[in-house]
Amino acid sequence: MPEQRADTPAVELRNISKGFPGVIANRDISMSVERGTIHAIVGENGAGKSTLMKTLYGLHRPDSGTVAVHGQVVDFRSPSDAIEAGIGMVHQHFMLADNLTVLENIILGAEPAKAGVINAREAGRKIAELAKSLGVEIDVNSPVAELGVGQRQRVEILKVLYRGAKTLILDEPTAVLVPQEVDELFDNLRRLVAAGTTVLFISHKLDEVLAISNRVTVIRQGTTVGTVTPAEVTRRQLAEMMVGSDLPQPAPRTTQVREQVRLEVKNLTVARVGQRDSVHDVSLAVRSGEILGVAGVEGNGQFELCSALLGREHSTGTVAIDGNDVSHASVRERMNAGLAYVPFDRQREGLMLTSSLWENNLLGQEEKFTKFGFVNVGAARAACRAVIKRFGVLTPSEEVPAFALSGGNQQKLVVGRTMSMNPAVLLAAHPTRGIDVGAQAAVWEEVRQARDAGLAVLLVSADLDELLGLSDRVIVMFEGAIVAELLPREATPELLGTYMTGAKVGS
Amino acid sequence: MAKNRNVIDALPRPVVTLLSSLVAILLALGICGLLLLVTGKDPIAAYRTILETGLTGNKLLEMLKRSTPLMLSASAVAIGFKMNLFNIGVEGQYLFAALIAAEFASRISAPPVLHVLLTLMVASAAGAFWASIAAMLKVTRGINEVISTIMLNFISLSVMQWLFDNYMRDDSDGGLRVTTTKIAPSGQVPDIVDGRLNGVWLVALFVVFCYWLIVFRSKFGFRLRSSGLNSSAAQTSGIAANRMIVVAMLLSGAIAGLVAMQSVVGEEYAYGPQATPTGFGFAGIAVALLGRNHPVGIVAAAMLFGFLDSTSAVLQLSGIPNSIVKVIQAVVVLTVVIVNEATARYMNRRTAEQTAAALRADKVGA
Amino acid sequence: MKLSRRARLLVLFAVPIALMSIVRLWSGEDALTSSDTIGASLRLSVPILLAGLAGLWAERSGVLNIGIEGMMIFGTWFGGWGAWQFGPWVGLAFAVLGGMLGGLIHAIATVRFNVDQIISGVVLNLLAFFGVRYMSDLAFVGQPGGGVSQSPPQTSAIPRFDVPFISGGELFGWKSPNILLSLEDSGWFFIGDLAGILYGLTNNLSWGTVIGVAAVPATFWILWRTRLGLRLRSSGESPTAAETLGVDVIRLRYVGLLVSGGLAGYAGGILAIVASSYYRQGQTAGRGYIGLATMIFGNWRPMGVLGGASLFGYTEGVKLVANDAISTLFLFVALAAVLLAVMAVVNRTTTRGIVAVFVSVIAAYAYLAIEDVPQSLTQSLPYLATLIVLATASQRLRPPAMAGVPYRRGESH
Repeated sequence: MPEQRADTPAVELRNISKGFPGVIANRDISMSVERGTIHAIVGENGAGKSTLMKTLYGLHRPDSGTVAVHGQVVDFRSPSDAIEAGIGMVHQHFMLADNLTVLENIILGAEPAKAGVINAREAGRKIAELAKSLGVEIDVNSPVAELGVGQRQRVEILKVLYRGAKTLILDEPTAVLVPQEVDELFDNLRRLVAAGTTVLFISHKLDEVLAISNRVTVIRQGTTVGTVTPAEVTRRQLAEMMVGSDLPQPAPRTTQVREQVRLEVKNLTVARVGQRDSVHDVSLAVRSGEILGVAGVEGNGQFELCSALLGREHSTGTVAIDGNDVSHASVRERMNAGLAYVPFDRQREGLMLTSSLWENNLLGQEEKFTKFGFVNVGAARAACRAVIKRFGVLTPSEEVPAFALSGGNQQKLVVGRTMSMNPAVLLAAHPTRGIDVGAQAAVWEEVRQARDAGLAVLLVSADLDELLGLSDRVIVMFEGAIVAELLPREATPELLGTYMTGAKVGS
Repeated sequence: MAKNRNVIDALPRPVVTLLSSLVAILLALGICGLLLLVTGKDPIAAYRTILETGLTGNKLLEMLKRSTPLMLSASAVAIGFKMNLFNIGVEGQYLFAALIAAEFASRISAPPVLHVLLTLMVASAAGAFWASIAAMLKVTRGINEVISTIMLNFISLSVMQWLFDNYMRDDSDGGLRVTTTKIAPSGQVPDIVDGRLNGVWLVALFVVFCYWLIVFRSKFGFRLRSSGLNSSAAQTSGIAANRMIVVAMLLSGAIAGLVAMQSVVGEEYAYGPQATPTGFGFAGIAVALLGRNHPVGIVAAAMLFGFLDSTSAVLQLSGIPNSIVKVIQAVVVLTVVIVNEATARYMNRRTAEQTAAALRADKVGA
Repeated sequence: MKLSRRARLLVLFAVPIALMSIVRLWSGEDALTSSDTIGASLRLSVPILLAGLAGLWAERSGVLNIGIEGMMIFGTWFGGWGAWQFGPWVGLAFAVLGGMLGGLIHAIATVRFNVDQIISGVVLNLLAFFGVRYMSDLAFVGQPGGGVSQSPPQTSAIPRFDVPFISGGELFGWKSPNILLSLEDSGWFFIGDLAGILYGLTNNLSWGTVIGVAAVPATFWILWRTRLGLRLRSSGESPTAAETLGVDVIRLRYVGLLVSGGLAGYAGGILAIVASSYYRQGQTAGRGYIGLATMIFGNWRPMGVLGGASLFGYTEGVKLVANDAISTLFLFVALAAVLLAVMAVVNRTTTRGIVAVFVSVIAAYAYLAIEDVPQSLTQSLPYLATLIVLATASQRLRPPAMAGVPYRRGESH
């Protein structure tokens, strides 16, 4: 229904299409964003939201279709053009230079200068003003490396406001925030919108979207499904629009926990020079058939905990696998004792992107396929084919290099490789990150089956559905220590959020 | 099956790499031709001279002889490259090893084959020892091996001069020939073709074969290459990074130690500052890069360089500065490296496209 | 005992001089702090300084530059040729251009074609090393004083001067008093050495050297105070972030490498024109790599590079001028180690203390036992010093975050 308003939309997209080699990311997308509103764009991972926003921000040009800003059709050749048109983007993965100061990060590319020399005082003044209007306080001369996640996001927002942005694009802004920080962010956004700024809010978190937006556009498989107002829809309806079919019901939980303790950790501490311990006096036990979930905002020691358990990080305390003390053992020794790891970052820690799938599958278990010091290539290839089949990795063959696979399939290979080593203890960090809903369910099923067969799992995840859906118990980490332990049925997002920000310590 | 956009897509990857290298070589010859032209020389005449002199029987044998130290040096460098280690110290390692081995060989007496074998082993050990210094500095203090190995090159020259001047120099000849004591016949390696090709050439081929076997077929080689491709993933999968670095550098140094053996046990039967050829450390880097760290490529590249080197004397006689040969070699390496990078990127992109297309076809068909 | 930053710098500066003074009075060997040695050190530290700055400019923009040595080689050759043909100043200009040529080649390979940065640098060194031989073949062979490995001498030299008043420099034709020289000759503890050092730094100065040192404040000012500098640094810290803000990372990396090449070229020019009077093969002698070590030691900051270059330049100066005095350095090391051991006791850092005691004992023994360090071994002093310095530098190093990582336009996730 066409709007009968005097002012033109802040942004209007008509029939935007964009493709890349091998994939069509956006197909015929049209939407209209009113000025002074918060307009959300929702869709699953890989639905095409990011691609669309990159078009709007000038990072690439659409294959067809038009973009209009305040009624004017525009053709952005680079982010500078978009910035000039008053569009500012706050990325999901912060685009900040750690070693530069807050001031330098904010003014980069738009420095106030006379004959090339930067006028730092004026910059500082202007930033202080903007910060006040946003309602935040920040030291502009501290290096960004020293800031926490919430503060970094504020720097990103200031960066965008500094350039006179009238339309803000926020890409998954709450992905790394805790419920309380999310409320603060929403406050900031409401202030901005009241002053006339327009906000585009990309997210897949439906509750937040319904809470903050004026209108919601749903994108699925590269094209627009529809635009609604929060008043008109329920969360469930919105989810259906996103996914396109009935949502999978969470599986009923059956307890399979046995007596035997497979992973026992006592007083594990990872110290850092001149700073707080990254892991502080952590003790936990995971039994056979148990999944222990670890909740917490990224950066509170979960990564270091896994590294220490794996043997990659120097630590004090004891670690035992199936009763064997591995506290001072190397990574290889712990793997031999039955430890397996699904890494946080598959590309950085898990895969050799230019190598074939079978070579990637071989990594970590080369011993098994070695005879007289030489690798049995045929057997290694066959093993990879088996993993591909069992875990549904979409690939023409095991010869294909890993970079040619989509992120989700890469993750499936990594998980499959790890599971096929028949571990005794599995450390799984975001095991279904980047995997589409269907495959996600399949991976969860594999984990459950292995658990039923006696596997002990330590599950680190930021996906609360995954965490609460799989775990038998949940512990919360904050600043390197365990601050709470709950049962999934007791855990609500609000309660978890409270523990995750260290507001209440208890169990 | 995705449609091949052009004929390149239909070819297997190694063939494409070879073709792109050839294109690069031609490009390099073109650039050098221009260089010659600009300075008033006739490039056609120069290239013709090179081909005419180089393709004779004797010169081809000389090419093989000259390729021997290059194959060894390149293998040493390539092992490092496979692990993302830059062993620029081959130069210092091989010269140091040559001195130690020559001195050792001249002082022991043993039956013929054993004598040579022991000498080679000592050379390897000396090279590995010198390389181990850089390895230790890297794993204990985190010092970048590029800088440390180059510093050690200079230090090695210094140490060698001191050792040679004070302890190992043989002045019995009345000071005419400045070398270590000549090695007894039992420690000398005979020629295969008298005066033209020495037995050490076979040793070099064997070393390249071992390089292939170890790096591309063995479990250790798999771990080595994995560490080079993604050190973090390798460590997460149980490979001990520091141990890999040390072993790789030791192996590299061990092979490097043999680089001058053709001269020491095959020709001069001694070490001398003037008698033992220098520069193979850097030439080895060029050959390894040109040969893409692959055994076949290394042999081929070594022969190419050997071929060019064998013609340099004749070039000089026909009025063209023979230093152009080295310039050609350097430009060839530069162009090959650039062209290969561009080609690899293109092929990766095509692979990604073809894979995605193949999957879509499967989905449609299913 | 916590000292303010100023006080700490003062201590860092004064203590070695005091120790040197003690060594001088004890051993009677005054070459180590004499103005001759320091003068030579200054001359020899400038090429290393510029090489270090060359590395800094490149890495700050995001590109590792192992090819500094090659760019310096171009600098020596073009400098030698230019000085012979046209005169020393033109020679320096050609040296800069020669270095920039090397920088351009490196930039094309790494920034345009994304070749591995270390490989490109190594290949550039090979190219330069052999290229100048060929060019010498063409330009110098057959010329009087020239040959395949050296150029004919330059037509004239860059003028030198003494700083007026303190170093006996001329001021409008009037020869001013030489305060520092008198103080040095007095031989007093500390004052004499300090005067010797200052005199060495201020007498017989070449304008070429002065310009070279001026590159330090210039670098600081451009990179940390101007728009270009901030954008260039951002290209090395986070090119993806910079690009999203409209910064032309590719262009800035070219700029960084061209400046890097220019500085390296100038360094080569200094070697051929100021420290010498002609181009000679092998003149660079690995200083490009020492420059890299200096950059690391200086934590990628101009003042740090200056400090490191002074240190390495000193080792070169000692090697050149005060070769016989090198054995006396053992005494210095022994005393310094004793001091460090005492500090370790005070701070209760046992391992450092034990190592320090160990080192001081060995150094003392070396001093007493060794008369003369043979020249073949003293040749390696700068290179050995580089290794030792890199091995012991324990400060928190902060290289530009994305230096060494290849980048392509539009690569933001």
